[in-house]
Amino acid sequence: MCLPVGALAAALLIFGGFVWLNGASPVETWTILFKGAFGDWFSWQNTLQRAAPLMLTALCVALPARAGLIIIGGEGAVVLGGLAAAALPYAIPLPGNVVGTAMLCIAGMAVGAAWIALAGALRQYRGVNETISSLLLAYTAIALFKQLVEGPLRDPKTLNKPSTRSLVETLQIGGIAGSDVHWGLVLGVVACVGLGLWLAFTPGGFAVRVVGGNPRTAQLVGLPASRLILLACALGGAAAGLAGAVEVAAVHTNANASLIAGYGYAGILVAFIARQSPFAIIPVAILFGGFGAAGSLLQRRLGLPDASVQVLQGIAFVLILASESLRSVDWAAVAKKWRQRATPEPDEPAPPIATAKERTA
Amino acid sequence: MTSDVLVPFLAAIVGGALRVGVPFLFVSLGECLTEKSGRINLGLEGVLVFSAMAGFGGAYLSGSPWLGVALAACAGAALALLHGVLCSLPRVNDVATGIALMLFGTGLAFYFGKPLIQPQAAQLPPLALGGWSDSPVVQAALQVNPLLPLGIVLAIAMNWGFGRTRWGLLVRLAGDSASATKALGYSVDGIRIAATVVGGAIAGLGGASLTLFYPGSWNEGISSGQGLIAVALVIFARWSALRCVGAALLFGGAGAIGPALQSIGISQGYYLFAAVPYVLTLVILVISCRPGSVARGSPGELSSVK
Repeated sequence: MCLPVGALAAALLIFGGFVWLNGASPVETWTILFKGAFGDWFSWQNTLQRAAPLMLTALCVALPARAGLIIIGGEGAVVLGGLAAAALPYAIPLPGNVVGTAMLCIAGMAVGAAWIALAGALRQYRGVNETISSLLLAYTAIALFKQLVEGPLRDPKTLNKPSTRSLVETLQIGGIAGSDVHWGLVLGVVACVGLGLWLAFTPGGFAVRVVGGNPRTAQLVGLPASRLILLACALGGAAAGLAGAVEVAAVHTNANASLIAGYGYAGILVAFIARQSPFAIIPVAILFGGFGAAGSLLQRRLGLPDASVQVLQGIAFVLILASESLRSVDWAAVAKKWRQRATPEPDEPAPPIATAKERTA
Repeated sequence: MTSDVLVPFLAAIVGGALRVGVPFLFVSLGECLTEKSGRINLGLEGVLVFSAMAGFGGAYLSGSPWLGVALAACAGAALALLHGVLCSLPRVNDVATGIALMLFGTGLAFYFGKPLIQPQAAQLPPLALGGWSDSPVVQAALQVNPLLPLGIVLAIAMNWGFGRTRWGLLVRLAGDSASATKALGYSVDGIRIAATVVGGAIAGLGGASLTLFYPGSWNEGISSGQGLIAVALVIFARWSALRCVGAALLFGGAGAIGPALQSIGISQGYYLFAAVPYVLTLVILVISCRPGSVARGSPGELSSVK
């Protein structure tokens, strides 16, 4: 708990130094970053709108990670999930109510689940590295998306920006209590809490954690490792596919290139900072949704490039990983050493030969 | 297909392979060196984008494309140094660090590259290898990147170096057995950091060839996964620098199918053809990997292929 927070604080500090080198005031940057994210109700709405898909895409990293796989191709599940939701009305007539919206979401989840489970299956049955294959699948998914949106699924009325036909209004997901924050946020929180409880308290979730934590033990007690890994991948992919479907049904109203916004990649960062815990994903996603929301304000007020938020994310990611090495430090021993240095004691005579401890080190 | 269509099509494929394959070649050589030392650097995608921006900026500000190339190599080395040092810390995973570096390098490149999107930088002069042909199409296709011969020489040198030189053997030693390296009194982390940094510099040359030769401008979509495809290429090339050359040209050719079809008037399915390199990489990985067994020729300490 204290390490990730410390790493985040250090990242903000370094980011301040970074913008200072580029001639902007660090204090002003931090203030705007905070104001743009959490300053007023308007910023909060923007922040929460961005946090919803981040929670779901972070689950696409966290769940496979708990089963021992590093999946980074959530972006592919997002775009295909969104495309499936937008394409479903082409295929079948949908009831214009909540049931129809639910069917859109299920279509997105099914496609996302299949896409990420494919990466899991390739790793489990063919030994293909899942990190690389999931990313290659993501690029393939984006190509497929562009081909379909600009080809067979294109609404001929959209000239400048090729899009699919818009969803009818009754199928769209609206705001909560008249605000801009849509129900996708609730879906994200429910998914995080539900899957967190599943991992923590059910036999299935426990089995997934055993497979990820110690594959040898899983083998010895006869757990169906491949099936559990595929399940974790499919659940993660379903979450990311749902993120795409919600983005289509609540924000864009159709599938177009704006859907390829990098939520899948930002979700990797969120999951790693949350240490792959579904519960911790909720606050981390809100925090990084906030940074994303503040990005345009940084650009307008301070003239910083819109990529500054990406730089901040990169610094945070690097520091979070580096902070892992502090976890193994024996702080009591370090403190003792410092106390000894503060009150100089007579030097111990150096041992003539290397001690056993040194030799094994 | 008649010959007046076939010749331009084949010329476009070959020319595309030579142009598009060069970044693949450098990144896969850099990754090959890094992996031989026992570490995987997935961050070469970030290195590629960052060095592409640095090379373009260097060439634009100095007016000399060769200074741009040098700057790109330095930028790649600096980013790779970060990876090497981070991975040497205890409990830090090299795959996760690579992902972080991918985001960090891309973010930095977009940040500093914002003012570079509009201007034109001095480009590397092409080597005209098509003088033997009368056909202007063939001549145009064989305008070769001057870094390509450098890459091929580098591949041969690396192949020789890994087998015959003290440094090459040390890198392989660190990659095959950390404990043997320690027993001989060498620093495993030192060797790996050095190999990662040099690998990053080599990958940086790939970035330079993106912005200083083909496509020859800087924009935020300059690389779409070439750095990662190159990581997969190294597995396909079974960690041999020479096979990396063939693999890189094959992938360049695969990436050129879409534009080549477009050049003879077939524009249907353009995006699908753009996805050919990714699908091809996946197919090759599926064929060349075996579950439960270590890939042939892989360094023993490498975590990613187990």
